[in-house]
Amino acid sequence: MKNSSRRGFMGKAFGAVAGVGAVASLYAMKRTWDPLPSVKAAGFTTLDMSAYKENELVTEKWRGKPIFVLKQNAEMVKKAQANPKDMERLIKIGNDYFMVCVGLCTHLGCIPGYNPDEQSFLCACHGGMYDFTAEVTKAPPPRGLDIPPFKIDGMKIVLGEEGPEYKKMLETGVTLKV
Amino acid sequence: MAHFTKATSLHDWLNQRLAIDTLRRVLATEYWIPKNINFLWAMGMVLAITFGLLLISGIFLLMYYQPNVNLAFDSVNYTIMQEVGYGWLWRHVHGVAASVVFLVIYIHMFTGIYYGSYKNGREIIWLSGMLLFVAFSAEAFSGYMLPWGQMSYWAGMVITNLFSGGSLHADGLVEWIRGDYVPAQAFLNRFFMLHVLLIPLVILGLIGLHFGALRIPHVNNQDGEEIDFDAEAKKYLSGDKAGSKVIRFANDFMSKDMMVVGIYLIFFFYLVFYHYDFAMDPVNFDPANGLKTPTHIYPEWYFLWSYEILRPFSTNVGLIAFAFAQVIFFMLPFLDRSPNAVPASRRGLFKYWFWAMLIDMIILTAMGKVPPEGLFSTIGLYAALTFIGLWIALPFITKFEKKV
Ligand code: FES
Repeated sequence: MKNSSRRGFMGKAFGAVAGVGAVASLYAMKRTWDPLPSVKAAGFTTLDMSAYKENELVTEKWRGKPIFVLKQNAEMVKKAQANPKDMERLIKIGNDYFMVCVGLCTHLGCIPGYNPDEQSFLCACHGGMYDFTAEVTKAPPPRGLDIPPFKIDGMKIVLGEEGPEYKKMLETGVTLKV
Repeated sequence: MAHFTKATSLHDWLNQRLAIDTLRRVLATEYWIPKNINFLWAMGMVLAITFGLLLISGIFLLMYYQPNVNLAFDSVNYTIMQEVGYGWLWRHVHGVAASVVFLVIYIHMFTGIYYGSYKNGREIIWLSGMLLFVAFSAEAFSGYMLPWGQMSYWAGMVITNLFSGGSLHADGLVEWIRGDYVPAQAFLNRFFMLHVLLIPLVILGLIGLHFGALRIPHVNNQDGEEIDFDAEAKKYLSGDKAGSKVIRFANDFMSKDMMVVGIYLIFFFYLVFYHYDFAMDPVNFDPANGLKTPTHIYPEWYFLWSYEILRPFSTNVGLIAFAFAQVIFFMLPFLDRSPNAVPASRRGLFKYWFWAMLIDMIILTAMGKVPPEGLFSTIGLYAALTFIGLWIALPFITKFEKKV
Protein backbone atom coordinates (compact mmCIF):
# COMPACT_ATOMS: atom_id res chain seq x y z
CA MET A 1 0.00 0.00 0.00
CA LYS A 2 2.73 2.35 1.07
CA ASN A 3 4.74 1.37 -1.96
CA SER A 4 1.93 1.72 -4.40
CA SER A 5 1.05 5.20 -3.18
CA ARG A 6 4.70 6.12 -3.51
CA ARG A 7 4.62 4.81 -7.05
CA GLY A 8 1.43 6.72 -7.65
CA PHE A 9 3.10 9.89 -6.48
CA MET A 10 6.09 9.29 -8.73
CA GLY A 11 3.77 8.68 -11.64
CA LYS A 12 1.93 11.92 -11.06
CA ALA A 13 5.16 13.85 -10.56
CA PHE A 14 6.50 12.48 -13.82
CA GLY A 15 3.22 13.31 -15.53
CA ALA A 16 3.50 16.91 -14.37
CA VAL A 17 7.09 17.27 -15.59
CA ALA A 18 6.25 15.65 -18.92
CA GLY A 19 3.19 17.85 -19.28
CA VAL A 20 5.18 21.04 -18.80
CA GLY A 21 7.77 19.76 -21.23
CA ALA A 22 5.16 18.85 -23.81
CA VAL A 23 3.48 22.27 -23.68
CA ALA A 24 6.84 24.04 -23.87
CA SER A 25 7.99 22.01 -26.85
CA LEU A 26 4.69 22.49 -28.67
CA TYR A 27 5.10 26.23 -28.22
CA ALA A 28 8.66 26.05 -29.54
CA MET A 29 7.45 24.03 -32.54
CA LYS A 30 4.71 26.53 -33.26
CA ARG A 31 7.19 29.42 -33.13
CA THR A 32 9.67 27.60 -35.37
CA TRP A 33 6.95 27.26 -37.98
CA ASP A 34 6.18 31.05 -37.81
CA PRO A 35 7.34 33.36 -40.63
CA LEU A 36 10.86 34.68 -40.03
CA PRO A 37 11.33 38.27 -38.77
CA SER A 38 13.20 39.09 -41.97
CA VAL A 39 10.18 37.98 -44.00
CA LYS A 40 7.90 40.14 -41.91
CA ALA A 41 10.21 43.16 -42.00
CA ALA A 42 10.65 43.24 -45.77
CA GLY A 43 7.08 44.34 -46.23
CA PHE A 44 7.18 47.88 -47.69
CA THR A 45 6.95 49.03 -51.30
CA THR A 46 6.76 52.60 -52.59
CA LEU A 47 4.87 53.34 -55.81
CA ASP A 48 5.12 56.57 -57.80
CA MET A 49 1.56 57.16 -58.89
CA SER A 50 2.36 59.78 -61.54
CA ALA A 51 3.76 57.12 -63.86
CA TYR A 52 0.60 55.15 -64.64
CA LYS A 53 -1.57 55.39 -67.75
CA GLU A 54 -5.35 55.41 -67.79
CA ASN A 55 -7.19 52.10 -68.04
CA GLU A 56 -3.96 50.16 -68.26
CA LEU A 57 -3.48 47.54 -65.61
CA VAL A 58 0.01 47.42 -64.08
CA THR A 59 1.05 44.65 -61.74
CA GLU A 60 3.46 45.61 -58.99
CA LYS A 61 4.84 43.38 -56.27
CA TRP A 62 4.47 43.69 -52.52
CA ARG A 63 5.29 40.96 -50.00
CA GLY A 64 5.61 38.57 -52.91
CA LYS A 65 2.02 39.23 -53.87
CA PRO A 66 0.92 40.86 -57.11
CA ILE A 67 -0.54 44.35 -56.62
CA PHE A 68 -2.91 45.67 -59.29
CA VAL A 69 -2.76 49.39 -60.06
CA LEU A 70 -5.39 50.73 -62.42
CA LYS A 71 -5.61 54.44 -63.12
CA GLN A 72 -9.24 55.26 -63.78
CA ASN A 73 -10.21 57.20 -66.86
CA ALA A 74 -12.96 59.79 -66.94
CA GLU A 75 -15.61 57.31 -68.00
CA MET A 76 -14.78 54.95 -65.16
CA VAL A 77 -14.79 57.72 -62.58
CA LYS A 78 -18.21 58.76 -63.80
CA LYS A 79 -19.47 55.20 -63.54
CA ALA A 80 -18.00 54.92 -60.05
CA GLN A 81 -19.53 58.17 -58.91
CA ALA A 82 -22.93 56.77 -59.72
CA ASN A 83 -22.27 53.94 -57.30
CA PRO A 84 -20.94 55.01 -53.89
CA LYS A 85 -19.79 51.50 -53.11
CA ASP A 86 -17.41 51.64 -56.05
CA MET A 87 -16.22 55.14 -55.21
CA GLU A 88 -15.19 54.11 -51.72
CA ARG A 89 -12.74 51.61 -53.16
CA LEU A 90 -10.79 54.19 -55.16
CA ILE A 91 -7.80 56.11 -53.89
CA LYS A 92 -7.51 59.77 -54.82
CA ILE A 93 -4.02 61.03 -55.53
CA GLY A 94 -3.69 64.57 -56.81
CA ASN A 95 -6.62 64.83 -59.23
CA ASP A 96 -6.57 61.20 -60.25
CA TYR A 97 -8.38 58.15 -58.98
CA PHE A 98 -6.68 54.80 -58.63
CA MET A 99 -7.75 51.31 -57.94
CA VAL A 100 -4.96 49.64 -55.96
CA CYS A 101 -5.50 46.12 -54.69
CA VAL A 102 -3.97 42.74 -54.07
CA GLY A 103 -4.25 40.86 -57.33
CA LEU A 104 -5.21 37.58 -55.73
CA CYS A 105 -8.75 36.35 -56.10
CA THR A 106 -10.56 36.41 -52.76
CA HIS A 107 -11.87 32.96 -53.55
CA LEU A 108 -8.77 30.78 -53.59
CA GLY A 109 -6.02 33.12 -54.60
CA CYS A 110 -5.62 32.87 -58.37
CA ILE A 111 -4.66 36.02 -60.29
CA PRO A 112 -7.63 37.43 -62.22
CA GLY A 113 -6.99 38.80 -65.71
CA TYR A 114 -8.05 42.31 -66.78
CA ASN A 115 -9.99 43.04 -69.93
CA PRO A 116 -9.55 46.77 -70.69
CA ASP A 117 -12.39 46.84 -73.22
CA GLU A 118 -14.99 45.52 -70.83
CA GLN A 119 -13.22 47.10 -67.89
CA SER A 120 -13.62 43.99 -65.80
CA PHE A 121 -11.58 41.18 -64.31
CA LEU A 122 -12.13 37.49 -64.86
CA CYS A 123 -10.68 34.85 -62.57
CA ALA A 124 -10.25 31.83 -64.78
CA CYS A 125 -9.92 29.37 -61.91
CA HIS A 126 -13.56 29.16 -60.96
CA GLY A 127 -15.07 31.85 -63.08
CA GLY A 128 -15.19 34.74 -60.57
CA MET A 129 -15.61 38.28 -61.94
CA TYR A 130 -14.82 41.80 -60.70
CA ASP A 131 -15.51 45.28 -62.05
CA PHE A 132 -12.96 48.06 -62.68
CA THR A 133 -12.82 48.96 -58.98
CA ALA A 134 -12.20 45.27 -58.27
CA GLU A 135 -15.58 44.92 -56.58
CA VAL A 136 -16.90 41.41 -57.07
CA THR A 137 -19.65 41.03 -59.65
CA LYS A 138 -19.87 37.25 -59.99
CA ALA A 139 -19.37 34.50 -57.37
CA PRO A 140 -17.60 32.35 -56.15
CA PRO A 141 -15.35 35.12 -54.77
CA PRO A 142 -17.03 36.34 -51.57
CA ARG A 143 -15.85 39.97 -51.79
CA GLY A 144 -13.94 42.42 -53.93
CA LEU A 145 -10.19 42.23 -54.16
CA ASP A 146 -8.52 43.27 -50.92
CA ILE A 147 -6.81 46.64 -50.69
CA PRO A 148 -3.33 46.52 -49.20
CA PRO A 149 -2.41 48.85 -46.32
CA PHE A 150 -1.23 52.13 -47.88
CA LYS A 151 -0.15 55.62 -46.92
CA ILE A 152 -0.39 58.53 -49.30
CA ASP A 153 2.75 60.62 -49.52
CA GLY A 154 2.33 63.37 -52.12
CA MET A 155 2.22 61.65 -55.50
CA LYS A 156 3.56 58.44 -53.97
CA ILE A 157 1.99 55.76 -51.89
CA VAL A 158 3.77 53.42 -49.50
CA LEU A 159 2.35 49.93 -49.33
CA GLY A 160 2.64 48.23 -45.94
CA GLU A 161 2.03 51.40 -43.90
CA GLU A 162 -1.44 52.23 -42.67
CA GLY A 163 -2.41 55.81 -43.50
CA PRO A 164 -5.67 57.48 -42.41
CA GLU A 165 -7.38 56.77 -45.76
CA TYR A 166 -6.66 53.09 -45.40
CA LYS A 167 -7.80 53.00 -41.77
CA LYS A 168 -11.08 54.52 -42.85
CA MET A 169 -11.52 51.79 -45.46
CA LEU A 170 -10.98 49.19 -42.77
CA GLU A 171 -13.53 50.83 -40.51
CA THR A 172 -16.19 51.10 -43.16
CA GLY A 173 -15.55 47.53 -44.24
CA VAL A 174 -14.48 48.39 -47.78
CA THR A 175 -11.61 45.97 -47.39
CA LEU A 176 -10.32 43.40 -44.98
CA LYS A 177 -6.91 43.48 -43.40
CA VAL A 178 -4.38 41.65 -45.54
CA MET B 1 18.25 -14.84 -19.38
CA ALA B 2 17.22 -17.38 -21.88
CA HIS B 3 19.33 -20.48 -22.11
CA PHE B 4 21.54 -20.57 -25.18
CA THR B 5 23.02 -23.76 -26.53
CA LYS B 6 25.87 -24.13 -28.95
CA ALA B 7 24.41 -23.37 -32.34
CA THR B 8 24.26 -26.18 -34.88
CA SER B 9 23.92 -23.81 -37.85
CA LEU B 10 23.62 -20.16 -38.71
CA HIS B 11 19.87 -20.64 -38.82
CA ASP B 12 19.88 -22.11 -35.33
CA TRP B 13 22.16 -19.34 -34.09
CA LEU B 14 19.79 -16.69 -35.38
CA ASN B 15 16.75 -18.61 -34.24
CA GLN B 16 17.97 -18.68 -30.65
CA ARG B 17 18.50 -14.94 -30.68
CA LEU B 18 15.77 -13.62 -32.96
CA ALA B 19 13.11 -16.33 -32.97
CA ILE B 20 13.06 -16.22 -36.76
CA ASP B 21 11.06 -19.46 -37.02
CA THR B 22 8.28 -18.05 -34.86
CA LEU B 23 8.34 -14.83 -36.81
CA ARG B 24 8.08 -16.64 -40.11
CA ARG B 25 5.21 -18.72 -38.81
CA VAL B 26 3.25 -15.72 -37.57
CA LEU B 27 3.87 -13.57 -40.61
CA ALA B 28 3.91 -16.09 -43.41
CA THR B 29 3.42 -19.81 -43.16
CA GLU B 30 0.62 -19.77 -40.60
CA TYR B 31 -0.96 -16.54 -41.63
CA TRP B 32 -4.17 -17.88 -43.15
CA ILE B 33 -5.82 -16.56 -46.27
CA PRO B 34 -9.22 -17.72 -47.57
CA LYS B 35 -9.10 -19.66 -50.81
CA ASN B 36 -11.99 -17.93 -52.51
CA ILE B 37 -10.55 -14.52 -53.19
CA ASN B 38 -9.84 -13.08 -56.59
CA PHE B 39 -7.11 -10.94 -58.09
CA LEU B 40 -8.63 -7.77 -56.60
CA TRP B 41 -7.28 -8.89 -53.25
CA ALA B 42 -3.77 -8.64 -54.62
CA MET B 43 -4.05 -4.85 -54.75
CA GLY B 44 -2.64 -4.62 -51.22
CA MET B 45 0.54 -6.27 -52.38
CA VAL B 46 0.56 -4.16 -55.54
CA LEU B 47 0.36 -1.08 -53.32
CA ALA B 48 3.16 -2.29 -51.08
CA ILE B 49 5.37 -2.85 -54.12
CA THR B 50 4.48 0.56 -55.57
CA PHE B 51 5.29 2.21 -52.28
CA GLY B 52 8.65 0.43 -52.38
CA LEU B 53 9.26 1.80 -55.89
CA LEU B 54 8.40 5.31 -54.70
CA LEU B 55 10.75 5.00 -51.76
CA ILE B 56 13.70 3.75 -53.79
CA SER B 57 13.28 6.16 -56.71
CA GLY B 58 12.74 8.96 -54.17
CA ILE B 59 16.03 8.20 -52.45
CA PHE B 60 17.89 8.56 -55.73
CA LEU B 61 16.11 11.80 -56.62
CA LEU B 62 16.89 13.15 -53.17
CA MET B 63 20.59 12.98 -53.91
CA TYR B 64 20.41 15.70 -56.54
CA TYR B 65 17.28 17.66 -55.75
CA GLN B 66 17.82 21.18 -54.34
CA PRO B 67 15.11 22.51 -52.02
CA ASN B 68 15.76 26.12 -52.96
CA VAL B 69 13.34 28.37 -54.84
CA ASN B 70 16.07 29.44 -57.27
CA LEU B 71 17.56 26.03 -57.86
CA ALA B 72 14.74 23.54 -57.45
CA PHE B 73 13.31 23.82 -60.96
CA ASP B 74 16.66 23.33 -62.69
CA SER B 75 17.80 20.63 -60.32
CA VAL B 76 14.81 18.58 -61.42
CA ASN B 77 14.45 19.54 -65.06
CA TYR B 78 18.07 19.94 -65.93
CA THR B 79 20.38 18.19 -63.46
CA ILE B 80 18.32 15.10 -62.81
CA MET B 81 16.84 14.82 -66.29
CA GLN B 82 19.94 15.63 -68.33
CA GLU B 83 23.09 15.23 -66.30
CA VAL B 84 22.60 12.50 -63.75
CA GLY B 85 23.12 9.06 -65.29
CA TYR B 86 19.69 7.42 -65.42
CA GLY B 87 18.28 10.33 -63.42
CA TRP B 88 15.36 10.41 -65.87
CA LEU B 89 14.57 6.82 -64.92
CA TRP B 90 14.14 7.62 -61.24
CA ARG B 91 12.09 10.66 -62.02
CA HIS B 92 9.79 8.80 -64.38
CA VAL B 93 9.44 5.89 -61.97
CA HIS B 94 8.67 8.33 -59.16
CA GLY B 95 6.22 10.38 -61.20
CA VAL B 96 4.38 7.43 -62.71
CA ALA B 97 4.25 5.55 -59.40
CA ALA B 98 2.87 8.63 -57.63
CA SER B 99 0.00 8.70 -60.12
CA VAL B 100 -0.61 4.97 -60.48
CA VAL B 101 -0.53 4.43 -56.73
CA PHE B 102 -3.79 6.38 -56.52
CA LEU B 103 -5.39 4.32 -59.26
CA VAL B 104 -4.58 1.19 -57.28
CA ILE B 105 -5.71 2.77 -54.00
CA TYR B 106 -9.06 3.57 -55.58
CA ILE B 107 -9.41 0.02 -56.90
CA HIS B 108 -8.47 -1.29 -53.46
CA MET B 109 -11.02 0.99 -51.80
CA PHE B 110 -13.84 0.16 -54.13
CA THR B 111 -13.07 -3.54 -53.84
CA GLY B 112 -13.47 -3.12 -50.08
CA ILE B 113 -16.74 -1.26 -50.55
CA TYR B 114 -18.12 -3.77 -53.04
CA TYR B 115 -17.41 -6.80 -50.86
CA GLY B 116 -18.33 -5.09 -47.58
CA SER B 117 -14.84 -5.60 -46.21
CA TYR B 118 -15.22 -2.68 -43.81
CA LYS B 119 -17.97 -4.31 -41.77
CA ASN B 120 -18.40 -6.51 -38.73
CA GLY B 121 -15.07 -6.38 -36.99
CA ARG B 122 -13.10 -5.02 -39.92
CA GLU B 123 -13.77 -1.35 -39.13
CA ILE B 124 -10.20 -0.63 -38.06
CA ILE B 125 -8.90 -2.03 -41.33
CA TRP B 126 -11.12 0.45 -43.16
CA LEU B 127 -10.26 3.39 -40.89
CA SER B 128 -6.53 2.76 -41.04
CA GLY B 129 -6.83 2.40 -44.79
CA MET B 130 -8.60 5.75 -45.04
CA LEU B 131 -5.90 7.33 -42.86
CA LEU B 132 -3.39 5.91 -45.31
CA PHE B 133 -5.32 7.49 -48.15
CA VAL B 134 -5.12 10.87 -46.41
CA ALA B 135 -1.41 10.40 -45.71
CA PHE B 136 -0.79 9.48 -49.35
CA SER B 137 -2.73 12.56 -50.45
CA ALA B 138 -0.57 14.78 -48.24
CA GLU B 139 2.52 13.01 -49.55
CA ALA B 140 1.42 13.53 -53.15
CA PHE B 141 0.60 17.18 -52.59
CA SER B 142 3.87 17.97 -50.82
CA GLY B 143 5.79 16.15 -53.53
CA TYR B 144 3.98 18.07 -56.25
CA MET B 145 5.37 21.29 -54.76
CA LEU B 146 8.98 20.29 -55.05
CA PRO B 147 9.80 20.86 -58.77
CA TRP B 148 8.66 24.48 -58.15
CA GLY B 149 6.96 24.85 -61.50
CA GLN B 150 3.89 26.95 -62.23
CA MET B 151 1.38 24.28 -61.20
CA SER B 152 3.40 23.52 -58.09
CA TYR B 153 3.34 27.13 -57.03
CA TRP B 154 -0.31 27.74 -57.75
CA ALA B 155 -1.45 24.44 -56.31
CA GLY B 156 0.45 25.47 -53.17
CA MET B 157 -1.25 28.85 -53.22
CA VAL B 158 -4.76 27.51 -53.73
CA ILE B 159 -4.56 24.56 -51.34
CA THR B 160 -3.02 26.55 -48.50
CA ASN B 161 -5.70 29.21 -49.02
CA LEU B 162 -8.31 26.58 -48.21
CA PHE B 163 -7.08 26.80 -44.62
CA SER B 164 -8.30 30.36 -44.28
CA GLY B 165 -11.69 28.70 -43.84
CA GLY B 166 -13.64 30.95 -46.21
CA SER B 167 -15.41 33.65 -44.24
CA LEU B 168 -13.39 32.87 -41.12
CA HIS B 169 -10.50 34.76 -42.76
CA ALA B 170 -7.86 32.84 -40.88
CA ASP B 171 -5.17 34.49 -43.02
CA GLY B 172 -2.77 34.33 -40.09
CA LEU B 173 -3.11 30.57 -40.13
CA VAL B 174 -2.40 30.45 -43.85
CA GLU B 175 0.70 32.62 -43.42
CA TRP B 176 1.77 30.43 -40.54
CA ILE B 177 1.47 27.30 -42.67
CA ARG B 178 3.46 28.94 -45.45
CA GLY B 179 5.97 30.72 -43.25
CA ASP B 180 5.55 33.68 -45.60
CA TYR B 181 2.86 35.78 -47.20
CA VAL B 182 3.01 33.66 -50.32
CA PRO B 183 4.58 30.28 -51.08
CA ALA B 184 8.31 31.02 -50.93
CA GLN B 185 11.52 29.58 -49.54
CA ALA B 186 10.19 28.71 -46.08
CA PHE B 187 7.24 27.00 -47.73
CA LEU B 188 9.41 24.94 -50.07
CA ASN B 189 11.70 23.82 -47.25
CA ARG B 190 8.96 22.73 -44.94
CA PHE B 191 7.09 20.84 -47.61
CA PHE B 192 10.35 19.20 -48.59
CA MET B 193 10.77 18.07 -44.98
CA LEU B 194 7.19 16.78 -44.89
CA HIS B 195 7.62 14.94 -48.16
CA VAL B 196 10.88 13.17 -47.43
CA LEU B 197 10.63 12.56 -43.72
CA LEU B 198 7.56 13.22 -41.65
CA ILE B 199 4.79 11.94 -43.92
CA PRO B 200 6.72 8.84 -45.04
CA LEU B 201 7.23 7.98 -41.36
CA VAL B 202 3.52 8.38 -40.76
CA ILE B 203 2.79 6.21 -43.80
CA LEU B 204 5.10 3.45 -42.59
CA GLY B 205 3.43 3.51 -39.18
CA LEU B 206 -0.01 3.37 -40.75
CA ILE B 207 0.96 0.49 -43.03
CA GLY B 208 1.97 -1.38 -39.88
CA LEU B 209 -1.38 -0.59 -38.29
CA HIS B 210 -3.28 -1.53 -41.46
CA PHE B 211 -1.58 -4.94 -41.62
CA GLY B 212 -1.95 -5.47 -37.89
CA ALA B 213 -5.66 -4.72 -38.12
CA LEU B 214 -6.05 -7.68 -40.48
CA ARG B 215 -4.64 -10.20 -38.02
CA ILE B 216 -7.70 -10.86 -35.91
CA PRO B 217 -10.71 -10.34 -38.20
CA HIS B 218 -8.72 -11.83 -41.10
CA VAL B 219 -9.18 -10.95 -44.69
CA ASN B 220 -12.71 -11.02 -46.13
CA ASN B 221 -13.57 -13.25 -49.09
CA GLN B 222 -15.46 -13.19 -52.33
CA ASP B 223 -18.67 -14.67 -50.92
CA GLY B 224 -18.65 -12.82 -47.62
CA GLU B 225 -18.58 -16.23 -45.99
CA GLU B 226 -17.76 -16.34 -42.30
CA ILE B 227 -14.86 -18.71 -42.03
CA ASP B 228 -13.74 -20.29 -38.76
CA PHE B 229 -10.06 -19.68 -39.36
CA ASP B 230 -8.86 -21.77 -36.41
CA ALA B 231 -10.80 -24.83 -37.46
CA GLU B 232 -9.86 -24.46 -41.12
CA ALA B 233 -6.20 -23.93 -40.25
CA LYS B 234 -6.23 -27.11 -38.16
CA LYS B 235 -7.72 -28.99 -41.09
CA TYR B 236 -5.00 -27.66 -43.35
CA LEU B 237 -2.20 -28.50 -40.94
CA SER B 238 -3.53 -32.02 -40.42
CA GLY B 239 -3.07 -32.62 -44.12
CA ASP B 240 -6.54 -31.96 -45.53
CA LYS B 241 -5.35 -29.18 -47.80
CA ALA B 242 -8.06 -29.70 -50.37
CA GLY B 243 -10.87 -29.69 -47.82
CA SER B 244 -9.64 -26.65 -45.91
CA LYS B 245 -11.05 -23.27 -46.85
CA VAL B 246 -7.79 -21.51 -46.16
CA ILE B 247 -4.24 -21.57 -47.43
CA ARG B 248 -0.96 -20.27 -46.14
CA PHE B 249 -0.06 -16.69 -46.99
CA ALA B 250 3.44 -17.81 -47.95
CA ASN B 251 4.21 -19.26 -50.29
CA ASP B 252 0.77 -20.41 -51.39
CA PHE B 253 -1.19 -17.21 -51.64
CA MET B 254 1.94 -15.20 -52.34
CA SER B 255 2.42 -17.07 -55.59
CA LYS B 256 -0.94 -15.78 -56.82
CA ASP B 257 -0.25 -12.31 -55.43
CA MET B 258 3.07 -12.14 -57.17
CA MET B 259 1.56 -13.26 -60.44
CA VAL B 260 -0.70 -10.19 -60.32
CA VAL B 261 2.24 -8.03 -59.25
CA GLY B 262 4.21 -9.32 -62.22
CA ILE B 263 1.50 -8.34 -64.70
CA TYR B 264 1.13 -5.01 -62.96
CA LEU B 265 4.85 -4.31 -63.17
CA ILE B 266 4.85 -4.93 -66.92
CA PHE B 267 2.07 -2.37 -67.26
CA PHE B 268 3.87 -0.03 -64.86
CA PHE B 269 7.17 -0.06 -66.70
CA TYR B 270 5.39 0.24 -70.02
CA LEU B 271 4.08 3.56 -68.67
CA VAL B 272 7.47 4.54 -67.29
CA PHE B 273 9.23 4.00 -70.59
CA TYR B 274 6.59 4.96 -73.14
CA HIS B 275 3.94 7.10 -71.46
CA TYR B 276 5.58 8.79 -68.51
CA ASP B 277 4.15 12.12 -69.64
CA PHE B 278 0.61 11.19 -68.57
CA ALA B 279 1.73 11.81 -65.00
CA MET B 280 3.36 15.16 -65.74
CA ASP B 281 1.48 18.37 -66.30
CA PRO B 282 2.88 20.51 -69.14
CA VAL B 283 2.23 23.68 -67.10
CA ASN B 284 4.69 22.46 -64.52
CA PHE B 285 7.48 22.75 -67.05
CA ASP B 286 7.27 26.53 -66.66
CA PRO B 287 9.19 27.81 -63.64
CA ALA B 288 7.06 29.12 -60.76
CA ASN B 289 5.91 32.70 -61.25
CA GLY B 290 4.07 34.40 -58.41
CA LEU B 291 2.84 37.16 -60.69
CA LYS B 292 1.12 35.03 -63.29
CA THR B 293 -1.58 32.41 -62.80
CA PRO B 294 -1.91 29.65 -65.38
CA THR B 295 -5.20 30.16 -67.20
CA HIS B 296 -6.69 26.92 -66.02
CA ILE B 297 -5.77 25.42 -62.68
CA TYR B 298 -6.65 21.86 -61.83
CA PRO B 299 -5.11 19.28 -59.54
CA GLU B 300 -3.75 15.89 -60.51
CA TRP B 301 -6.41 13.48 -61.75
CA TYR B 302 -6.74 11.68 -58.45
CA PHE B 303 -7.91 14.80 -56.62
CA LEU B 304 -10.29 15.98 -59.34
CA TRP B 305 -13.44 14.46 -57.85
CA SER B 306 -13.08 16.22 -54.50
CA TYR B 307 -11.97 19.41 -56.24
CA GLU B 308 -15.11 19.32 -58.36
CA ILE B 309 -17.25 18.98 -55.24
CA LEU B 310 -15.77 22.27 -54.04
CA ARG B 311 -16.06 24.15 -57.27
CA PRO B 312 -19.73 24.69 -58.10
CA PHE B 313 -20.58 26.31 -54.76
CA SER B 314 -19.84 29.69 -53.20
CA THR B 315 -16.77 29.79 -50.97
CA ASN B 316 -18.24 28.71 -47.65
CA VAL B 317 -20.63 26.10 -48.95
CA GLY B 318 -17.87 24.86 -51.23
CA LEU B 319 -15.49 24.46 -48.32
CA ILE B 320 -18.07 22.58 -46.30
CA ALA B 321 -18.85 20.30 -49.24
CA PHE B 322 -15.14 19.73 -49.74
CA ALA B 323 -14.59 18.91 -46.06
CA PHE B 324 -17.59 16.57 -46.26
CA ALA B 325 -16.04 14.74 -49.21
CA GLN B 326 -12.77 14.36 -47.34
CA VAL B 327 -14.17 12.77 -44.20
CA ILE B 328 -17.31 10.98 -45.29
CA PHE B 329 -15.57 7.81 -46.47
CA PHE B 330 -14.26 7.34 -42.94
CA MET B 331 -17.85 7.03 -41.79
CA LEU B 332 -18.73 4.24 -44.20
CA PRO B 333 -18.66 1.35 -41.66
CA PHE B 334 -21.02 3.30 -39.41
CA LEU B 335 -23.37 4.64 -42.06
CA ASP B 336 -23.89 1.23 -43.62
CA ARG B 337 -26.46 -0.16 -41.23
CA SER B 338 -27.02 -3.52 -42.87
CA PRO B 339 -25.83 -6.68 -41.10
CA ASN B 340 -24.54 -8.18 -44.35
CA ALA B 341 -20.88 -8.31 -45.29
CA VAL B 342 -21.48 -9.85 -48.68
CA PRO B 343 -20.83 -8.68 -52.24
CA ALA B 344 -22.96 -5.72 -53.30
CA SER B 345 -24.61 -7.84 -56.00
CA ARG B 346 -26.33 -9.93 -53.31
CA ARG B 347 -27.54 -6.97 -51.30
CA GLY B 348 -30.61 -4.80 -51.70
CA LEU B 349 -30.50 -1.19 -52.82
CA PHE B 350 -26.85 -1.03 -51.85
CA LYS B 351 -26.08 -2.71 -55.17
CA TYR B 352 -27.34 0.40 -56.98
CA TRP B 353 -25.77 2.70 -54.42
CA PHE B 354 -22.35 1.21 -55.11
CA TRP B 355 -22.51 1.66 -58.88
CA ALA B 356 -24.11 5.10 -58.57
CA MET B 357 -21.28 6.22 -56.29
CA LEU B 358 -18.63 4.85 -58.60
CA ILE B 359 -20.14 6.45 -61.70
CA ASP B 360 -20.74 9.72 -59.89
CA MET B 361 -17.10 9.89 -58.87
CA ILE B 362 -16.00 9.23 -62.42
CA ILE B 363 -18.27 12.05 -63.64
CA LEU B 364 -16.91 14.37 -60.94
CA THR B 365 -13.39 13.49 -62.02
CA ALA B 366 -14.15 14.26 -65.65
CA MET B 367 -15.90 17.54 -64.83
CA GLY B 368 -13.06 18.57 -62.52
CA LYS B 369 -10.71 18.49 -65.48
CA VAL B 370 -12.67 20.69 -67.87
CA PRO B 371 -13.03 24.47 -67.45
CA PRO B 372 -15.91 25.48 -65.17
CA GLU B 373 -18.20 26.83 -67.86
CA GLY B 374 -21.70 26.37 -69.15
CA LEU B 375 -22.98 22.82 -69.35
CA PHE B 376 -19.93 21.46 -67.56
CA SER B 377 -20.56 23.49 -64.42
CA THR B 378 -24.18 22.34 -64.43
CA ILE B 379 -23.19 18.69 -64.71
CA GLY B 380 -20.57 19.28 -62.03
CA LEU B 381 -23.12 20.84 -59.72
CA TYR B 382 -25.56 17.95 -60.09
CA ALA B 383 -22.81 15.37 -59.68
CA ALA B 384 -21.67 17.11 -56.48
CA LEU B 385 -25.22 17.17 -55.15
CA THR B 386 -25.64 13.51 -56.10
CA PHE B 387 -22.50 12.64 -54.17
CA ILE B 388 -23.79 14.31 -51.02
CA GLY B 389 -27.27 12.88 -51.53
CA LEU B 390 -25.97 9.33 -51.90
CA TRP B 391 -24.18 9.54 -48.58
CA ILE B 392 -27.23 10.92 -46.85
CA ALA B 393 -29.32 8.11 -48.32
CA LEU B 394 -26.91 5.36 -47.34
CA PRO B 395 -28.05 4.73 -43.73
CA PHE B 396 -31.68 4.62 -44.83
CA ILE B 397 -31.33 2.23 -47.72
CA THR B 398 -29.08 -0.12 -45.76
CA LYS B 399 -31.23 -0.11 -42.65
CA PHE B 400 -34.02 -2.01 -44.33
CA GLU B 401 -31.80 -4.56 -45.94
CA LYS B 402 -32.76 -8.12 -45.10
CA LYS B 403 -30.16 -10.43 -43.65
CA VAL B 404 -28.91 -12.84 -46.31
S1 FES C 1 -9.71 31.50 -57.21
FE1 FES C 1 -10.75 33.01 -58.34
S2 FES C 1 -12.66 32.15 -58.70
FE2 FES C 1 -11.67 30.64 -57.45
